[in-house]
Parts: sequence; C-alpha cells; structure tokens
Amino acid sequence: MYHKEKSIQMKSSASALYNNLSVLRIAPRSLTYFTVVHANMVNMVSASWDGLNYSHRQLQSKEANVATSSSLIMQAAWCVLPSRDILVLTSQKGIQMYESDGSIMVYWHALDTPETQTAQAVFARGIAAVREKYICVGISSGSMLVFDVPIKGSNITLSEVLEEHKESITDLASECSGSLECIADMVSADDSGNLCVWKSGEDFQLLNKIPDKAIEAFCSSVKLWKGTVVAGYGTGQIRLYEAVTGIVHAEVNAHARWIYSLDIAPFSGLLLSAAEDSLVRVWHLTMTPETNSVEIVHMYNECVTDTQICGAKFCDGDGYAFAVTGYDLSEIIRYTQV
Amino acid sequence: MSMRTLPLVFINLGGEMLYILDQRLQTQNTADDNTQKVMNDIIATMFSKAFMEELLKPQDLYSNRALRTVLTRLAHASIMRLNPASMDRLYELMVMAFKYQLLLCPRPRDLLIISYNHIDAIREFVRDTPSVLNQVDETHRKIIEVYTPLSDGEFQLLRQTLLIFLQDMHVRVSLFLKDKVQNPNGRFALSTTGPVPHGTEVPGLIRMFSSNGKEWKRWEFPTGGSYTSSIRVGSFERFGDRVTRIGTNMYSVTQPEETHTSKSYSQKANSEPNPLAKEELNLLARLLGGMKVQNRNTETGFRVNLFATDQEEEEAGASGANGDQSFQVINIQATQDVQVNTELARIAGEFTGEPEQTESPEGPSNKGDDLLAMMDELIEL
Repeated sequence: MYHKEKSIQMKSSASALYNNLSVLRIAPRSLTYFTVVHANMVNMVSASWDGLNYSHRQLQSKEANVATSSSLIMQAAWCVLPSRDILVLTSQKGIQMYESDGSIMVYWHALDTPETQTAQAVFARGIAAVREKYICVGISSGSMLVFDVPIKGSNITLSEVLEEHKESITDLASECSGSLECIADMVSADDSGNLCVWKSGEDFQLLNKIPDKAIEAFCSSVKLWKGTVVAGYGTGQIRLYEAVTGIVHAEVNAHARWIYSLDIAPFSGLLLSAAEDSLVRVWHLTMTPETNSVEIVHMYNECVTDTQICGAKFCDGDGYAFAVTGYDLSEIIRYTQV
Repeated sequence: MSMRTLPLVFINLGGEMLYILDQRLQTQNTADDNTQKVMNDIIATMFSKAFMEELLKPQDLYSNRALRTVLTRLAHASIMRLNPASMDRLYELMVMAFKYQLLLCPRPRDLLIISYNHIDAIREFVRDTPSVLNQVDETHRKIIEVYTPLSDGEFQLLRQTLLIFLQDMHVRVSLFLKDKVQNPNGRFALSTTGPVPHGTEVPGLIRMFSSNGKEWKRWEFPTGGSYTSSIRVGSFERFGDRVTRIGTNMYSVTQPEETHTSKSYSQKANSEPNPLAKEELNLLARLLGGMKVQNRNTETGFRVNLFATDQEEEEAGASGANGDQSFQVINIQATQDVQVNTELARIAGEFTGEPEQTESPEGPSNKGDDLLAMMDELIEL
C-alpha cells in the first residue's frame, strides 16, 4: 500500500517522547514543515514538495541551562487556526509559541515551579488547537490551560484553566473532521488513562469522562474524529469510543509494546498507529450512521527495523503520505502510497 | 523530567561496573583477598547511607560529566587504580550495557526488576561481609519503599529521561556484537518476536462492540511479527525469581576480549563545552564528600587494566587525549597531585562570580563558601 521514500536528515536525533513528530503542510508554497524534539531543542525541517530543497532551523528551550537537564522539551506541535498557524513548544519550564516558521516567538508562559523540589515532575505536555481561536495545553499537575489567540499579533491571553484531571496530561486532541455538527470539540487524556471530552467556548464545558472507572492503562495518544475518540495505550491497545456517551465501539490488540503516536487523515478516515515495537500500522475507520457504529479495519504494516518509534503523522489530509521518527534516529522516514 | 532517576542510575551503572571489574580482576589473576577488598570497598561506598540518602532526594538527572565524575571516584574507592584510558573504557561499557537494558525493558516498571537483578548480584559479591551486606539490604528495602508506589506513567517518564540522557551513544561493544544484540553501526537489535510484556495482549485481534457492550464481531489481522503470550511476572520483593535475565552478569571470566569497545562517529549533537554548573558541583561535592576514602598508600595499591595488554592501554590513553570530546572529565586522581589541586581550585574560582541560581534549595549566601570548604576537604585526602 505504501513504499518508502527518501528520508529527511535532521541535525540531531529524536528523543523518546510521545507524539514526537509534528507536520504542517503549506500548500500555497509547496512546502511541508516537520518538527522533532531532541532533549532541550526542536529540529525544524522545511521540505519542498519537489524534494530538492531542505532548510533547517533549531529552536531552543527558553531558560535552557545547558549543563543540566532541567529544561527538556516534552512536545512540539503546530496549531492550525483559521487565520494563522502557531508552533507550540511545551517544556519543563513553560510554554513557548512561535509564528509557524519558528522565526519569531510570540508568547511565553512560565509554569509555576514549587519553591522546594518535590518528587512530582513539573512540565507541560499535550497541545491542541480548538475551534477558531483556542490553543489548549496540558500540565503535569493535570490542569489544562486554555489560551485565547487573536487573528494576528502577540496578544495571546490565558483565558481559562481547566481542572478536571488529577494525573499528568499526556495528550490533547481536537475534533479534526472539520464538521460543525460534532458536539464534542476536544478530548484530553491523562496518566491513568482517563479521558475527558469537552465543548469549547468562553467557558469550556466538560461533556463526558471516559471511562467511568479508571482502566489502569496509560493513554499516550488520542484523536477525535467525527465524534469518535481513538485512544492508544501503554498496553499496546487501541480503543474507539463514542465521545459524548463513552460507549466502546472497538478494541484492537494493536501493538506488542507502548503505543507512542496516533494520527488520523480526516478526509479518508485512515488511522496511523506507531509503537516501541518498531511497527507502524495503518487502519481504516468507517462510520455507519444507521447503526451508530464505527468499524476499524487493518490496512497495512511497516516495520522500522531496530527502532523504537516515537512519532508518526500523515503528511496530508487524505493519508497519501506519512512520516515516522524513532528514538536515536536522525532522520524522518517517509512513505507514500503506491 | 523525572526527579527519581539517580538511585536507579547508580544501582544499574554501578552494578555493571562491578560485573566488569570482577571479571577483569579475576582475569588478571588478582589475589582473592584483594579482589574481595576492592568489591567490598566499592559496594560499601555506593550503598552507604549518606550516599543513598543524597541520591534519593528528588532532583533532575545531572549531566554526563557530573555522573562520570562520581562514578570515577566510586571506582577508586579502594586500593584499585584505573588509568584514564581504562576508566574511559569502563564507562563506555557500563553505559552501553545500561542503554541496552533500558531499550529491552519489556514494561517501564520492569526497570525495577533489572535494578533488583543488579542488587541480587551485588549481594552475592558481599555475602561474606555482614556489615556491607546489611547496607545493601537496607538500601534495597528503601528502594522498594520509594519506587513501588510509582505509576506506569511515572516509570515510563523515568525511562524516557534516561533514554534522553543516553541518546546518541553508539559505542560498539565486542560482547554485544558477538551475541548479535548490537549491529555493526552501534545500534541495538530490537526483536519483533517473543513473549509480550505482562499486561499486553498478543497483537492481532480486533473486536467490535454494540452500544449495550456486547461483542458482535471479531476478526484477526496480520501482525508482521510473531509474538507469544506473556510469561509470569518477576518478583518485586527483596528476594525472589526475577524471571528476566536483563541486568544479570553478562561477562564470563574466560573471555577478556568481551570488554573491547570502539566508537562509531556519532558525536553528541549538543555537547557540553561549559564547565559544570554550580548546582552540579554542589551535588558532586555532597556526594563525593560523603564517600569514605581509603588511605592513599600507593605502594599497596594495584592497577587494573581494561585492555588486553599494558601497551594497548597506553596507546589508547595517548590517542584518547583529544579524542573524547563529549566528556571533558575532571580527572579526580587518587594520588596526591598538584595538578588536581590546581584544577579543583580553578573550578571553584570560576563560580565565585556566577549569578545565583534560583532553584537551589540552600540559602544563597553561603553556597560558595560551603563549596570551597568541601573542595578543600577533598584535596587533603
């Protein structure tokens, strides 16, 4: 179904972090941007579609203290809003936001660090753009920060703090189908596998908490598509839930090790899952509105030999191409459909 | 990231160090009581109450440089001596073994089992010395107490922190190459067969559920690997069958070539040219200051060589002088050494003018003085 393309070389290797690849497609300029986190730095590569031009940029964690490890970046991701794209970096010190090409930092939010060192690690992780103007970021305490983003400029403000989760946030996702009919706008996941489903607005509203009882499995990656939550777990399972009711649609014994990344191609319903077991799998989701069910079918496997995969993303909305990163690898591996 | 890495780092790296030293001491036909003395001294220092207490405080994992300094000192906690070239090789072996163990760890929580495998072996080394054995037991108890309540997510965070620390290290180790666990390019071989970790199902099954929770369809998909059901879980108690062999002694006495290493050309992308940060130096001073030191009588000391011959070690030392760019180690040598005094004094001097760091738990006023005092103490030894 897919074949391997020429890899993109990076300036440094990928760190073992969940969802460690973000892709931004810039159609008007025939470019695709990729970001991958390496310790306290982010590698940004811009690749032209004709495969001839590559340019690199490296972004540093703010307040990085080179000799110690106390300013590691947990995640970097683009937030696509109607009027602008913002690149968000979350670290142990706070949240940095840049214009989409990484050239200008437009906002910095410092995390509250306790006066005395506690055993609880402090960091921000989990990034999602929600509806027209919000960027949500998760914190290790379980809180989620909602930022209000203007059409342009740096007047970004903290609009709300959502306190629902009690464990560290692992990932956030917003409804990606583009459909305005969906009630749920965002899903958040935490260390214990609890999932919260939200509706955005001046005040975000909690619609549902899944599962009712804690499943005791770590959820590393979530997606929300056409009202369906797709969650990947440390047990290697993928589960599909109906967002507003929490009903389980499907359960897949997908991987033999921790799932590190999920992605959905919203126009085709293709799902990508990647794990520490060196495997990337492509699935297809189909909605059956009559029976109100979602079906998941396996399409394809790709083994990235001797690699613990840490990021996998589709490069376009149809899932025609996808890219993969692995721990200790200094390349972004790409695959396109035959 | 994780604030709980240091104790496990020292137990595992220290454990690997002991396996290697034990093998070298035996290969070099060192007298039995000398071997036992070296092992006892190192283990007693590593598992001393003061040292462990310091490690157990919640703190960030410090730099490669700081860690290596402490491990070098630990290796010299007895009458055994290692030349810089041998210490380099020892460090490479320890670190690559630990990296391998981290990668192969089936579930993040199993990092504890791997640590307990090391502790079990260490216990064996000192089984005839009750005082040291007691220290090891006490530490084991403390580790169980501190780490058992951590969640899977916290263990994975710990593992991720350690993997970031060990990133870009691809030193080839002949033992690993021989066993085909490491490829010629220095990367480890990760298998897609074998038992799945405990708590994970064998991949291949899709189940669909109706809205009342009943399964209405199931089918299988091809997985591209060949997995089997998980085997039983190892013991997380002080004693018991650990089940996994990861973390047990890989070195046999008869094969000294196993400790041959060669670097592949992978420099750390952001190597640290700066001297140690003030916080790190504070930590070092506390850790090293807490170590009981042997009388540095060079006549009774003996050298251990990590290479096959003395000549090899010399050559490695000469070529390695400008080689190892990623570790600009402060060589804390055991002998009374004018060079060491001036080096430490220089470092201390560099920090008198530094702006105060806000995250240090101590009061800002006397940090510099405390540091210099501790350095003085070390120099006098």
